[in-house]
Amino acid sequence: MIQRDIAYRVRAIESLSPTLKRIVLESATGDPLPVGAAGAHIALTLKCGDRILRNSYSLIAPSDGTGRYELIVRRTDPSRGGSHFVHDELTVGAVLAGYVPHNLFPSFSHARKHLLIGGGVGITPLLAHLAALRREGARVELHQLAAAEEVALFTQLLAPWAGDDVQVHGGREGLDLEALLSRQPLGTHVYVCGPAALMDRVEGMAVALGWPDGRIHRESFGASGGEPFTVRLARSGGEVRVGPDESMLQALENAGVAAPSLCRGGACGECLTRVLEGEPEHRDHYLTAEEKASGQFVMPCVSRAHSDMLVLDL
Amino acid sequence: MTIAFKTGESFRDDFRYANSDAAILRFPFPFGEDEYMYAVNLEPHFAGGATDAFDTAFDVDEHYVSECREREMVLRQDPNRCIVLPHMMQAQWDTLELIMESLARDYPDHFQLERDGRRWTWRNRPLGIEDRFTFGMPDTLPYEPFEYITRQAQGDFTLQDQRDGNLYMDGGMVTTQADWSLEFDLGMTFHEWHGPVPLAHEMGIFDRALQYLLRVQYGHPARRLNWTMTVNPRLDTSPENYPVWGPDRTTITPDNVGERLHLRVELQTFFRLPRSNALLFGIRAYLASIDELARVPKWGRRLHRVLRDLREELAGYKGLTRYRDIAVEHLSRYDDGAPTSPGIAPDIRTLPA
Repeated sequence: MIQRDIAYRVRAIESLSPTLKRIVLESATGDPLPVGAAGAHIALTLKCGDRILRNSYSLIAPSDGTGRYELIVRRTDPSRGGSHFVHDELTVGAVLAGYVPHNLFPSFSHARKHLLIGGGVGITPLLAHLAALRREGARVELHQLAAAEEVALFTQLLAPWAGDDVQVHGGREGLDLEALLSRQPLGTHVYVCGPAALMDRVEGMAVALGWPDGRIHRESFGASGGEPFTVRLARSGGEVRVGPDESMLQALENAGVAAPSLCRGGACGECLTRVLEGEPEHRDHYLTAEEKASGQFVMPCVSRAHSDMLVLDL
Repeated sequence: MTIAFKTGESFRDDFRYANSDAAILRFPFPFGEDEYMYAVNLEPHFAGGATDAFDTAFDVDEHYVSECREREMVLRQDPNRCIVLPHMMQAQWDTLELIMESLARDYPDHFQLERDGRRWTWRNRPLGIEDRFTFGMPDTLPYEPFEYITRQAQGDFTLQDQRDGNLYMDGGMVTTQADWSLEFDLGMTFHEWHGPVPLAHEMGIFDRALQYLLRVQYGHPARRLNWTMTVNPRLDTSPENYPVWGPDRTTITPDNVGERLHLRVELQTFFRLPRSNALLFGIRAYLASIDELARVPKWGRRLHRVLRDLREELAGYKGLTRYRDIAVEHLSRYDDGAPTSPGIAPDIRTLPA
């Protein structure tokens, strides 16, 4: 009933430009792949030398019975290592561990019109949205901002949907954002994906023009992991290292610590634990604002630490 | 897993309904301790739990065929028990796929699904159904996809659209409900449709539960138990039919309470749907008379203590006021004062004779 992990096999790799590669994944086990809707991303575990990275990538096409997920990965400098691994070491046939698709950037069926705005490689989830929305016959308009030398590449990626409603703009000043947002009909939803500065600008402009919050959507992979830190157990002694991709609760359980839990989503209060030292980073919905500010409690199922060390009453 | 279905049961009029020993032992008894109060009792819907009822995504038991017949009867009298708003069509197909895939995987003797691209063949042996249709094309099914598949599932279902940081009840199949109406609640937000619940709002229960449910992910369903009591094994305790069942509450006497008063437990499940991003709520109701449940000594003791000490507001909201004292007096014979173990498990493998 609960499916989280999937083994993916690299089916194809295509070089789109010196810095962009299109990766096609299929199931490594032969089991059908779960539905990957427009806006969804998958997390992949990448072994870069002696380091293990978990990177998230948006699907560039809806996957519903196609048996494959398609991604575009940009080689970035500086890189945490993930994009260099994908560009320099990943080969066809390689098997990668990953998660089922997770969608934090869905489209909304209530929308009268969908306005998609992309910046650079932020085009990836918008390609999937464009394909899905056009297939449904929804009203949609896309604007892609690109560096001058990449205009041709993005124009080519968008070629299947070419028309007046799909435009690629070269350079940062290529698009009059205020005019674009101002002329949208009531009931339009805007979706933006790209550099944080672009997403902030679109969001800020839309809010200033009076768009309701619920019609402004920006791409997000969520915040499941974070910086690693160490938990010291005051009562039982010992220390537990919490890695970047596991929760504090998982790390405690893996270390054999009997920690109570129920919902594992920061809502039920079962895992409430007293903090003796260190600064918790609260991500739960259980503690009140005052309790969070006091720093005396933490919910290990979702929360982490701002400090390198957290001393718990366990 | 092969299930022996009881095909001649009725949930109205002559009430032909009983649980086998196995059905009693697998009952999802809702009380993990000797007292009850609201809590955010959500947990991941993993396979396995205190009884067999938690083993599969959608539990099917000996009452399956009879419950589907009962649903058919309710829908014939009142077709508005199934409504889905037009923007939820993708969620309808998501639901159909999820339930078909789950039943075929978990009960291969009884349900089979063959997929050839978009052309699907569905076989439901207990109900004698075999249909070929094209996934994504509503005209190829005898009903819209959500109604089609929930007519073949136990328990009620509602479809929640997720937008503006809230859940909107934008569809459902509701024929076995504990006194609430889909037609009335349709289109409401999470807090609106929970409006009548006492105490829990002030406790912040709904704020926290909503935040949790908004974050339920595809492939990571969640579940919780809820409960009330029903006089007679009646599934359709709807506001629409209140004149039919409301007076039942006045019929409980010390002589009949043991077999007429039923604990009604909802195993609620929450699934993120992949194409629509909607949230499917399954509300799977189980009925057992208090004498059936008391055959598990731990449950007899505990039910007595929970009912005896239940807060007045909750007893009123759940509609127990009129017969509560009679039930507590009856159950006291099963409570020798011995301590009970934590958790809901029955702690026995076979029932005493």
